[in-house]
Amino acid sequence: MRPIIKAEHISKQYQVGARDTAYGTIREALVGAARAPLKIFRQNGAARGKTIWALRDVSFEVNPGEVVGIIGRNGTGKSTLLKILSRITEPTEGRIELFGRVGSLLEVGTGFHPELSGRENIFLNGSILGMTRKEIASKFDEIVAFAEIEKFIDTPVKRYSSGMYVRLAFAVAAHLEPEILLVDEVLAVGDIEFQRKCLGKMEEVAGRGRTVIFVSHNMAAIQRLCNRCILLRDGAIVANSNVQAAIKEYLASGLDQPGERVWSNQAEAPGDQVVRLKAVRARNAEMKIASRFGVSDDWYLEVEFWVLVPGFSINVNVYLYDESGTLMFVMGDFQDDRWQNKPRTPGLHCSRCKIPRDLLNEGSIRVLVALVSPPGTLRALERDVVYFEIQDDLSTTGARGFYPGQWPGGAVRPAIHWEFEHRDS
Amino acid sequence: MEKAADIAPGDISSLPEEPLVIIKPSASWAALRLGDLWLYRELLYFLTWRDVKVRYKQTVLGASWAILQPLMTMLIFTFLFGGLAGIKSDGIPYPIFAYAGLLIWTFFANAVTNSANSIVGNATLITKIYFPRMIIPGAAVGAGLVDMAVAFLLLIALMVYYRVPPSLTSLMILPLVALSSLLALGVGMWLSALNVKYRDVRYAVPFLIQLWMFASPVIYPASWLPAKWRWVLVLNPLTGILENFRVAVFGGSFSWRALAVSTTITLLVLVGSAYSFRRMEKTFADIV
Repeated sequence: MRPIIKAEHISKQYQVGARDTAYGTIREALVGAARAPLKIFRQNGAARGKTIWALRDVSFEVNPGEVVGIIGRNGTGKSTLLKILSRITEPTEGRIELFGRVGSLLEVGTGFHPELSGRENIFLNGSILGMTRKEIASKFDEIVAFAEIEKFIDTPVKRYSSGMYVRLAFAVAAHLEPEILLVDEVLAVGDIEFQRKCLGKMEEVAGRGRTVIFVSHNMAAIQRLCNRCILLRDGAIVANSNVQAAIKEYLASGLDQPGERVWSNQAEAPGDQVVRLKAVRARNAEMKIASRFGVSDDWYLEVEFWVLVPGFSINVNVYLYDESGTLMFVMGDFQDDRWQNKPRTPGLHCSRCKIPRDLLNEGSIRVLVALVSPPGTLRALERDVVYFEIQDDLSTTGARGFYPGQWPGGAVRPAIHWEFEHRDS
Repeated sequence: MEKAADIAPGDISSLPEEPLVIIKPSASWAALRLGDLWLYRELLYFLTWRDVKVRYKQTVLGASWAILQPLMTMLIFTFLFGGLAGIKSDGIPYPIFAYAGLLIWTFFANAVTNSANSIVGNATLITKIYFPRMIIPGAAVGAGLVDMAVAFLLLIALMVYYRVPPSLTSLMILPLVALSSLLALGVGMWLSALNVKYRDVRYAVPFLIQLWMFASPVIYPASWLPAKWRWVLVLNPLTGILENFRVAVFGGSFSWRALAVSTTITLLVLVGSAYSFRRMEKTFADIV
């Protein structure tokens, strides 16, 4: 099959701090020019050397009708790639061939003017997105109905609620009909009901054979819409494969983040004359140190500590907090009777617990570790020792089942056993 | 749950042989891509329309400001120059003489000022969507034209009041207005690109405009200036436009030589400005 998008060796270089220097005034430029001979030997040489490659040698092809997701952590070049594809900025190197009309949706409501009415903004925004006046006029009623703002169509949009504003803006964009549609994370706005409607519309668009490139952090949306996925890391493609594999790779990419905290110098480690912390770390199911786990992954948390003197019983307490600082639960190795109320022998001890799958909801987790001698002597306490992230891996075995949409929330996400009964009438 | 793409494969029968768009780093002097401009002509219309619609929102007087601006200036200068300095206005009543000049001048000054600030003012568009960037300063000039059309109504009223009969020469009004638009676009477009990098432009433009006004035969006829200053007027592309505009309105004989000079300079400015705009355009999204 002939590709509709052919990108070869795309690179984009940015000048670090370009914002500051670009804001420079004519005076600075003139003075700079006058001092040019001196400046070469001064800071300018250093400043000029500071460039970063937002994208490095990125090549890929997209076939007509494909829906390709682009994922990756923040700052890995996803948005830069979309900006280059939509011709907002030029690549520093490389070449892209596009065999179709491109519509890009990098933001909802680009060019909306608050003083203009909904009706006027539909025409303005539509034409900014590349629709002809005829096209807009013929889809006008459909757009208004999709946005559910019939009553307010002649009200200036500055009087709209933010929900209405977003609905109208998305409605215009959703009726765009280019051969290639570039979408950046725009579904992250609006209420859940409307998001669902937007996803439905996107599906419809994709179903009509449109080629779509979709950047998102929402793995559920990626999973639902895309049939291929490109994973970017540090401006380069690390996976270009089926969606499951790319998402898995993305989740595993947390491996390079420190999922552990180690105190190599015993004298400076938290603790007292009896016990000192050595390390706290999280491990995945393969026992590799990690800081990112799927909702449906089993994983481990371990606390290593030196016992310096004999004769003391020591308990490991672990507190887990969510993003907002709410204590989610507490666990302690005193639950098991192997060391319960027994004096620890001197040396290096390690307590490791298994956190079962389908327990925590997605989000980031902070860990507090305390070493305590019963009945209540606190020997070491360390807040925020490690951070890790639980991510929605869209497993069908957990609470989600086959529900593909955005998960509504909750502190935990346990897989619950269901019983069913049914009676006729 | 069926995945969208499983439902219908893409229709590839219509895929063109040659790419519609090739994206690559452009040479430092890029082509003008006038074809692109033509494709986006409706956007030019909508952005102009937006500028016009929005300009007088939440003002009590609304579009009458388009008339009031040149009218007030005319009254001031009538008092200062027509009354006090006693400028000879080529046999035409000074108020209408000045108003005709101010009609063109107000348009030109507003068009240059607004287009100079237009790219920076539309930064959100620049960083979020592609279209030929020249459309933005173009729309600022276009919106100025609408104002001028409104202000023109007062000129007609003044002509009736002062019993100035229209003549065949008025056919030249349109080409002259077009020429002044091109000049405003040339100057404004270049300043708008410069303004992205050097925000000094925003502050320098008002002075430039003020100076330019006094160096142009807006409120005085070219014949009034002492001979040793005439060279300023000859080099100023607005001279040929203003002088001939008044001939077009009030009758008389055109100064074709001045018009030829104006046209030549205008075209040189426009082409130079367009190429340098395209050159600077590449970095707009990165630094605006």
